[in-house]
Parts: sequence; structure tokens; C-alpha cells
Amino acid sequence: MRFDFDDEQAEIKETARQFLASRFKPEVVRGLAEANRYEDALWAEVCELGWPGIAVDEEHGGQGLGMIELIVLCEELGFACAPLPFLANAAAGLVIEAAGSEQQKQRWLPGIASGEARGAIGDESILIDAEGAAVVVLYAADGPRLIAAADASVEPLELIDQTRRYAKLVSGSGAGEALAGDADAAADRIAVAVAAELVGLGQRAQDMAVAYAKEREQFGRPIGAYQGVSHACAKMLYDVEEARSLTYAAAWTADAEPESLPLAAAMAKARASESAWDVCKASIQVHGGIGFTWEHDLHFLLKRARADSRLFGTPGEHKERVATLSGLG
Amino acid sequence: MDLTLNEPERAFRDEVRSWLEANHPGPEPHGDEAAFAFRREWQRQLHEGGWAGISWPQEFGGRGATLIEQAIFSSEMARADAPSPANVLGLVMGGPVIMAHGTDEQKERWLEPILSAAEIWCQGFSEPESGSDLASLKTKAVKVDGGWKVTGQKVWTTFAHESKWCMLVARTNSEVAKHKGLSYFICDMEQDAIEIRPLVQITGEAEFNEVFFEQAFVPDENLVGGEGNGWMVAITTLMNERAGLGGGAAVTVSRDLGALIDLVAERGLEGDPVIRARLADLLIGCEALRLGGMRAMTAQMKTGVPGPEGSIGKWQWAALNQSLTELACDVLGAEGLERGAPWTYRMLRSRANSIEGGTTEVMKNIIAERVLGLPRLR
Repeated sequence: MRFDFDDEQAEIKETARQFLASRFKPEVVRGLAEANRYEDALWAEVCELGWPGIAVDEEHGGQGLGMIELIVLCEELGFACAPLPFLANAAAGLVIEAAGSEQQKQRWLPGIASGEARGAIGDESILIDAEGAAVVVLYAADGPRLIAAADASVEPLELIDQTRRYAKLVSGSGAGEALAGDADAAADRIAVAVAAELVGLGQRAQDMAVAYAKEREQFGRPIGAYQGVSHACAKMLYDVEEARSLTYAAAWTADAEPESLPLAAAMAKARASESAWDVCKASIQVHGGIGFTWEHDLHFLLKRARADSRLFGTPGEHKERVATLSGLG
Repeated sequence: MDLTLNEPERAFRDEVRSWLEANHPGPEPHGDEAAFAFRREWQRQLHEGGWAGISWPQEFGGRGATLIEQAIFSSEMARADAPSPANVLGLVMGGPVIMAHGTDEQKERWLEPILSAAEIWCQGFSEPESGSDLASLKTKAVKVDGGWKVTGQKVWTTFAHESKWCMLVARTNSEVAKHKGLSYFICDMEQDAIEIRPLVQITGEAEFNEVFFEQAFVPDENLVGGEGNGWMVAITTLMNERAGLGGGAAVTVSRDLGALIDLVAERGLEGDPVIRARLADLLIGCEALRLGGMRAMTAQMKTGVPGPEGSIGKWQWAALNQSLTELACDVLGAEGLERGAPWTYRMLRSRANSIEGGTTEVMKNIIAERVLGLPRLR
């Protein structure tokens, strides 16, 4: 029994932390978010590192690594609050890999793995990263479909989370082809990837609150000396660590014990969604007035956590699955 | 990452499991005294099997088990619903203190009877005016010829009336700063200068006692760690108390959750969305507790100290057990109000979970100050 990353995984995490910190400085994230756009040169660098294909098999142009390696990146992308079309592309890859025909895999996976012909994903109300994508995985009412971007028409959605591009399908929902295989398993994997991003968002909001509580003084003392503030920070650690344990374990389960993945994924996504949201809220509270200003960066985390908590199953939906899968019929 | 047991770990688990199957003493008898005698006999049996001092080094009669073996053992004990050993405080606190701070004579005198439950130990730390602020305690030990005379009052003392020895922290110097004037004694409970009164708690039971010392005598050789070092010695035992509480907790909560799910089904409430959501939260919390324990153990094996996730275990467990027993009483409806009914008793008893062994507020202070590095208020 050993519950931690191996040396290679730890190194991926450390490299990602450093790379993202140097490229996505707060002013860069702010500039991109305020314009609600991505920077092509940054995506090109990420592609250069091989991240888009980290979990795509080697036969289709990826690195052939597992869910743990993927969630390590997702957590760090959340921590950096990086505006990048990473998550939807990786999610589309997971669906095609799990449920696509060999022909569909050959057609789409190499572009997804290289990041040069990106995938988008979503349902009839929200699509993520559809603009500029080559292929859209649409969770339609009658099951998932693969639609070549040329056959669909989308218009941008203005959502509170401006660190990512969202859109709505205007026409083409009936186009494309159905995915024949088991898309449910892919949905569970995607839920774990989003949970990891939420862990990263929560960790960042926690770190910011703790740093501020040490530095900000009121009534002649750092506010972190008051238990009203310090206990709120302790609760952030509680929330983030619970979410982290469940998310890492679910990622391990995905590859090692896939039959247990539905329960593990539902637990991770439910807890990580609530945890990140609670921590971001509490972090704003610890920051006081400055945390409520547009000028402070916290709101980018809060809004992305809000969006992530709804994507690929709300906490309520995942808890309902937990109940069903735990013997409550 | 591998969340399963490897071959030697599985072999160890199977060994524990089959020993427990062969030696399980059955259900605990009713009545405090009968139950205590039963647990004392059970510990004697555990000791014979080499399990009583599982975490103790072999040189002191223990098994010298690794952290993971200790965790497996706790899980298997919980899984088998095996009773706790009678001398819990001696095993998790008294023994480790003597091993860490005692003289060779003290080790020779006290360790073996702790393991065999021949001598039961209790803890004399808390006082009516010194709970979380332990260092403010007032019980005094005054030097006399050949030893010390102790006068004062202790409270929340478990098994005081069954105990031979009390781990007693008393003030030996009032002139110095409060932490520095304390000394740690092992006090013989069998003397007339000590009066024990049961303390009735909100459940109606008296698991704990108040203990009054009126010129009680402690010989010099029963001072542990030297005069004035009581705080440092006591801290060792508090750490052990918290570490001891963690083992097997997730397994016990998980088993209780299973019973609660059966109860929900029995009452035809599986479809109630509020109950389903509350149960899901408990199931998720229980899994987070189990996994957090595994992460902390991995970190401790690698670096010698548990990671940040280890500092929340006691807090998680207290919150879970309280919510779980409340939900059970809600599911029972009017029956959940019946005095003495099992779930009702446990719901009331669980109120102490966030107080005993370090209040949740103290745990939050520890996380804030030692893990997050926030400034101290004091």
C-alpha cells in the first residue's frame, strides 16, 4: 500500500507547477480573462510539452500515460487558473478513446494528442472550447455524438468564468455520428479530471488566504492570529485535503480497478466541487473588501470553480449516484 | 500509487484475520464491571497472541509492527467488531511515555503489567479549571522525605476505580512560568488519600470520574523524566492519544454506515431525497477519512512525519460520527427519542467526540499554527 505519486509523476507535477507559474503570471491570466481569449503561442508551448496527448495511447500519437498523469496536469492548470483549451480537448480524447470506433480514433485522436486539431465537448446548453476546434463531442439527449466542427454552428456564451471559452450549439446537433462504445466510463474519467482541476483551484485560493492572513494587520495584529480567521483557514485545508484524497484515489481506481470507478468518480467530483467553492468563498471572506474587488485575482478562481462544479455533473447529481451505488437502490 | 495491500501486507492481514476468527471472545457482557473484566481477559489473550503491544518495540515485549501493519491490525479489529483491550490508556499513552522518558528500573517495573492488563492505567491531566489549557493546572506536588505529597483535583479520568496507576501531572514549582513548573508522576491509586467519584455524563452513564488527591504520596522513583519536565513528557502522551484514536476509525464508521443504510431500507426511506443526500455526504466523508489515513501513513513512512492530511483525522472522525448518529435518530423518528436505545445513546455520546482527546477548536489551532504557519494569538 502506497498512496502517493511515484518519482516520475512527482516530477511532472513539479515541472508543470514551474512552467505554469512562469507563463501564467497573475497579470497574464487577468489580461486573457478580461478579453476572454486564449494565447496561441502559450497553447503551442503546451503542445510542445506533449500535455494534450498525455493520456492518449501511443498508437494514436499520445504519450500513453494514465489517469494519474492526466490529473496531475489538471490540478496544476487549476492552481494556475490557466486560460487554455486543455480540459475540453483532453475530455474529448477520453470519450473517443473509450467509445469511438477504430476509424473514429484514427481520424480524431492524433490531432487531439498533438493539440493541433483540438476536440471540444459539452451538451446542448454549454459547449467548452468549441470555437477553433476540429471536432465536437456532444452529449445529446439520445447519447453522445461526434460532430466535425465544420458541420456545427456555434455562438459564444458569455459566462461568469472568463478563463475559458464557452459556446452554445446553434445548429448541427443532429449531424455527425453516434459513438458506439461505452461513453459512461469516459464520463467518469472526465469527472475525475475536473475534480483535479477543482483541487488545484481550491489549493490556490487557500494559499492566497493564508498568505494574506499572515500579512494583513488589523487591531495591531496579523488577522491570521484571530481564530475567526485562522479557523476558517484550517477548514480550507480540511476541505482541500478531503477533495485531494478522493480525487487522487479515483484517478488510481480508473486504471487499476475500473469496476469501482463510478463510485470513486462520483465521490471525488461531488466533494471537489463543494470543496473548491467553499474554499473560494471563504478566501474572499478572509480577504475582506479587497477580495470583493475586480482588481483582486480571487474572483477568477471563484468563477471557474463555480463553472467546474456544474460541468460533468453537479454535486447533487453525483451524490445521488453515490447513494444509488452504495446500496440505496 | 497502489491502494491495495502488497503480498506481505496481505499475508499479515490474513494472519490477523484468522487469529481473530479463532480467538474472538464474542459479545461484551452487560454491566460495567462484567464488561471491564471481560475486556481485561481479552487483553490477556491478545497479549498471549503477541498482539497487545503491536506498536511497541520488541525489546519491550511488543511486536514492533510497521505503521501499515498497525493500521491493518486496527482495521481487522474493527472489522471483526472485537472489543477494545481493557488497558487502552496504558497501551497508547503510559507505555510509550515510560519507553521514551523512563529509567531502566521504571521500564522493568511497569511495562510488562501494562501489556498483560495485570495493572490498569488512568490519566490525571485535566482539571476543572484546566481543560485545553493544560499547562495552567493547579494540582500541587510538594517535596517530602523520599517522595512527594499530592493535593488537588483531576477530572474526566477514565477507569479510575479500576486503575492501579495514574499518569499524574502536578505543579512542583509555582515560581516559574506555568509550563516549566510541572512534573510527571506515576501515582499509586490504591491509597486512602485518593477519593474517586463517578461523573455522570449527558448519557446518564458514568464512564469518567473526578479524582480528589489529599496529601497522596508518590515515591521519588515514580517521577518520570525529571522534576520540571512534566510538560514535555505529557506532550508525548497527548500525541499518542491522538495517533491512537485514528486507527480503525474509518472501518468502524464504515460498518456503522452499513447498519444505517440497512435501517433506512427497513424503514422504507430509501427514496427520501434528503436522507439520500445526507447519507451520500457521510459515505463520501468516511471514504475521505479512510484515504486521508492512507496518505498520511505513506507520508509518515517516507518522511517520518504525517502530511497535512494527517492533522485532520480526529476532526473528520468526530464530525462524521456526530452526523451519522444524528441521521440514525432522525430515521428512527419518535423511537429516536427513547432513553437508552442504542442509536439514541450513541447520538448523545458522540457529542463528546469533538471535545475528548483535543477539542475540534484545538485541532484547528494546531492546523493553523503548525501546518499553515499562521501567527499565534497568545
